[in-house]
Amino acid sequence: MAHDTTLTDAHGHDDHHHESPVVFGFWVYLMTDCIIFGTLFAVFAVLHDQFAGGPTGKELFEIGGLAAETALLLVSSITYGFGMIAAHKQEVNKVIMWLGVTFLLGAGFLGLEINEFRHLIADGAGPDRSAFLSAFFTLVSTHGLHVSFGLLWIVTLMVQLSGTTEIPERMMNKLTCLSLFWHFLDIVWICVFTFVYLASMM
Amino acid sequence: MLGRLSLEALPLDVPILVGTFIGVAIVGIAVLGLITYYGKWGYLWKEWLISVDHKRLAVMYVVLALVALFRGFADAIMMRTQLALAYNGNPGYLPPHHYDQIFSAHGTIMIFFLAMAFMTGLFNLVVPLQIGARDVAFPFLNNFSFWMTAVGFILVNVSLFIGEFSQCGWLAYPPLSEAQFSPGVGVDYYLVALQIAGVGTLLTGVNFFVTIIKMRAPGMGLMKMPVFTWTALCASILIMVAFPVLTVALALLGLDRYLGMHFFTNDGGGNQMLYLSLIWSWGHPEVYILILPAFGVFSEVVPAFSRKPLFGYTAMVYATCAILVLSLVVWVHHFFTMGAGPDVNAFFGIMTMIISIPTGVKLFNWMLTIYKGRVEYHSTMYWAIGFMITFTIGGMTGVMMAIPAADFVLHNSLFLIAHFHNVIIGGVYFGYVCGMNFWFPKAFGFKLNETWGKAAFWFWCIGFYFAFTPLYVLGFEGMTRRMNHYSNPDWYPWLLVAEVGAVMILLGIVCQLTQLYVSIRDRNLPQNVDVTGDPWDARALEWSTSSPPPVYNFAIIPHVHELDAFYHNKENGIDTRSAGGPYAPVHMPKNTSAGIFCGLFSLILGFALVWHIWWAAALGLVGLIATVIARSADKDIDYYIPAEEVARIENEHSRKLMAQAAE
Amino acid sequence: MKNRKMAWAGRSAGLASLLWLGGCSSLDVLDPKGPVGDQLKSLIVESTVAMLIVVIPTIILTCVFAWHYRASNTKAEYLKDWDHSSKLEALMWAVPIVIILFLGVITYQTSHSLDPYRPLETSQNTKPLRVEVVALDWKWLFIYPEQGVATVNQLAVPVNTPIDFRITSDSVMNAFFIPRLGSMIYAMAGMQTQLHLMASEPGDYLGESANYSGRGFSDMHFRTLAMPADQFQEWVEKVRASSDTLDDSSYVRLAQPSEANPVAYYAHVTPDLFDQIVAKYNNGMIMDKTTGKMIHVQSAMSDMNTKE
Repeated sequence: MAHDTTLTDAHGHDDHHHESPVVFGFWVYLMTDCIIFGTLFAVFAVLHDQFAGGPTGKELFEIGGLAAETALLLVSSITYGFGMIAAHKQEVNKVIMWLGVTFLLGAGFLGLEINEFRHLIADGAGPDRSAFLSAFFTLVSTHGLHVSFGLLWIVTLMVQLSGTTEIPERMMNKLTCLSLFWHFLDIVWICVFTFVYLASMM
Repeated sequence: MLGRLSLEALPLDVPILVGTFIGVAIVGIAVLGLITYYGKWGYLWKEWLISVDHKRLAVMYVVLALVALFRGFADAIMMRTQLALAYNGNPGYLPPHHYDQIFSAHGTIMIFFLAMAFMTGLFNLVVPLQIGARDVAFPFLNNFSFWMTAVGFILVNVSLFIGEFSQCGWLAYPPLSEAQFSPGVGVDYYLVALQIAGVGTLLTGVNFFVTIIKMRAPGMGLMKMPVFTWTALCASILIMVAFPVLTVALALLGLDRYLGMHFFTNDGGGNQMLYLSLIWSWGHPEVYILILPAFGVFSEVVPAFSRKPLFGYTAMVYATCAILVLSLVVWVHHFFTMGAGPDVNAFFGIMTMIISIPTGVKLFNWMLTIYKGRVEYHSTMYWAIGFMITFTIGGMTGVMMAIPAADFVLHNSLFLIAHFHNVIIGGVYFGYVCGMNFWFPKAFGFKLNETWGKAAFWFWCIGFYFAFTPLYVLGFEGMTRRMNHYSNPDWYPWLLVAEVGAVMILLGIVCQLTQLYVSIRDRNLPQNVDVTGDPWDARALEWSTSSPPPVYNFAIIPHVHELDAFYHNKENGIDTRSAGGPYAPVHMPKNTSAGIFCGLFSLILGFALVWHIWWAAALGLVGLIATVIARSADKDIDYYIPAEEVARIENEHSRKLMAQAAE
Repeated sequence: MKNRKMAWAGRSAGLASLLWLGGCSSLDVLDPKGPVGDQLKSLIVESTVAMLIVVIPTIILTCVFAWHYRASNTKAEYLKDWDHSSKLEALMWAVPIVIILFLGVITYQTSHSLDPYRPLETSQNTKPLRVEVVALDWKWLFIYPEQGVATVNQLAVPVNTPIDFRITSDSVMNAFFIPRLGSMIYAMAGMQTQLHLMASEPGDYLGESANYSGRGFSDMHFRTLAMPADQFQEWVEKVRASSDTLDDSSYVRLAQPSEANPVAYYAHVTPDLFDQIVAKYNNGMIMDKTTGKMIHVQSAMSDMNTKE
């Protein structure tokens, strides 16, 4: 918060414990998000064999599209990492560029996911077919909603960064929070991929 | 265009509701008229509604809680009256459709909007002051959380006059709450209101956790924190662990209702037992979220009025942490009767009982704090001692129900109702009111009236025993909860006694209101004004500031070397305020209207979702996101109070202190 | 109910006298009429007494301390800075730990010995009577598979005979509860819970749903008629003489929501009706009672399954 050096000095000892709690706070918030996902995984675990006479995961999931989705999301985490390196060097244009690349990769992931959902629903395997599918759609689309929110956040930061030449502390905090968020979604996806798709296909 | 909403949604055929609506409308118009007449709109907006000052938000939370108390209590006394009438063929005056909404709303409002709001209010007022901080970690978020809570409460009350509320009990067990059995809007109101309020609560938990971890005054190690702050920390952790589970449970039920999914339905492979597990994985920690801060209040009040330090601070902290952990592994005791098997039941039963060990330790701690003290019979102390006795009984009946086999005959009976009111009124409510009496001068600069405060206590305490002891007996007589009418002659006299108890509690509430009125009227009398900021000669840092504290709380952040820092400073003649400076400019957050706009859009979103008005729901959602984005782009979010201004405020307080000392 | 005034006087003595009031006829749970209830009653009394050992001194000491150390009593000792005593702290952890150890052992034992799923043993090894219970909106259906009859809102049982209840719901969640006999258990659609109770005295006992189930909940109770074995046979004959039978179509009519249902007798009931009700929420599958495997139930009801 103390971005004005003279004022920081004037504060003396008062503010030394006041380093921005934003990143820590966001990390704590992500832990609560983690509990949301954890609960959804638990729900999926309970309902994973409740097909109600409908299709099973083995019949529905295909490895091809999944591999592509996974690849897109993992690469987007790397490109976001490049963006953060640029941010630490105060290279605003490079940050915007890497954010843009990350956005495209994330959008690609989302597109593939929506396409998969569309096919499932068209084949009569929508979320209202069975408890298994309800749990599947809810867990995966909660992740998808998070990705969509992340994309919106990326665009917002790109707009806020455009036209500026330096990255002040507040913006740096936002970039760091988004970075945490984006990597977190990656980790969640690995779990979705393993415990939902792979486990269902076994 | 308007989804399911039509003129038929207005309950014009229910005279009670029409009358209530007219009453609420008259009071509402009168309040709005008075604000306009005195030209206070600008003041209200700038100083309160958009304020990010934790002390202002504290007051708004407590006001919200008191309004919720009136609503929740009106429900309670209506239920008691119904059961005092509806005996032996008399249908009473509340048909099931109305009665079922009332008990559902009573539980929902009392837990989410009375207890939670009251608790958050106390956190807001006390925690930053106790740890020597100038505000919470995220002041805007704090304001945002308040509006989310308020919108949840507004939606619950809108359901009174537009449509209906849930008729599925305060936890809306499926499959009863599924669209198949409850096709109306009631459950949707319930779900949407709790989801919105839940967002606020979750962020409050994060906010106070970060505040306590990151913003303590230099030198205040964790084991030098006041016990109230400790309990606020533990409650915040529990909020962060438990509320996401509630969010998921309610969201899944909503998906069942809105999108035809099969999480908890009878058919399609749904599993209603899963909902019970989820909702109680939140619900049991929730009980401790509420009671821990009440324990914290007593741990501040009992030492202050016994003129002694808290006995066994370390034991108190460990006991609090033990309860935090244990509260997460006991939820199955809410459904021993589901047939989970003897080993599962025994495990959860024993874990539940183990909680009574740290709780018992706390009671002994307070008892030994009184022991060899100089107990001053202030009204706060009445609530504290009333609590110690009442809560002990409630704890005992709780352990009885924790024995699975005993629960097989006590579950869902009025014995259960008596038990949890025993701990929630005798523990949570007594605690929060005790805290309100204790910290009121800190918030407003004058004390609450003692006579009316004591009268309120006696009515509440005696009323409680009259209202709920009969319920214990009725539980043994086999009367189950949520009954609308009955014909058993053995139950009738006890229900009459309970009605008398409810009326006494009503008088208790009237006394509390009178206490507020009289105190505000007499606020300038010398014996009521709190000049020093330390009216009780108490121990923690919040008492070192003026009452009410300046917007920045501490001009110079105090250094803390031991527990009860302020008390030891007083003993050793050290000025905690470091009066005289030198003062530096103070960096403060600016007020923002983003929170109230987020609330407004959430209200639109929530109402539209209930009634399936999809375009308005989209509007609300877009508005909400746009407000958040606009806020994130806002560069004008903070300011500095110049050192001269700080010096002026501080010197003025010092002058008052000296004048007081000279008298 | 002759001397209601006396009963009143007894009651007004309040909660403390509750334990002595165990014999008072109105306290269903503390005046049980069967072995399960008897054991539950002694469990409740024992655990309460164990806790009162701490609770009563705690309350008394709180009052005594609060009074004795009042500020105006300047003769009382005042230890201004006393905030720690290892001995007292050890004691205040130890006492509750001992009580909870005791209660924990009781809890473990009774969780097993009073497990509702555990069949009851009688000295004469009496063959249990099977009763299948279905919670409907808002009435109770009792099926006697061995007798081939069914009733609504009236449960007759022979005394001193263990009753083996299988319980399910064809609607929302309910709880099956006869306070005078003991334990309750939930009734849930698609699942079957079990309960074993026995009446040791003839009588007419209240049975109810202990889990709120909607609009008609308050009238969802039934009479439990406990009678000697020969009278029970007569009762079965009386039911068999009824002109109504319960088959797939009359069951569908019965299952429609209705409030304050009168007692009904069915002379004949489709075999497997209970299994069909459970199975229709499980794609026609039900767990075989002997092998524990899922088997398919032939059902005419599978059409009326699911979607409303």
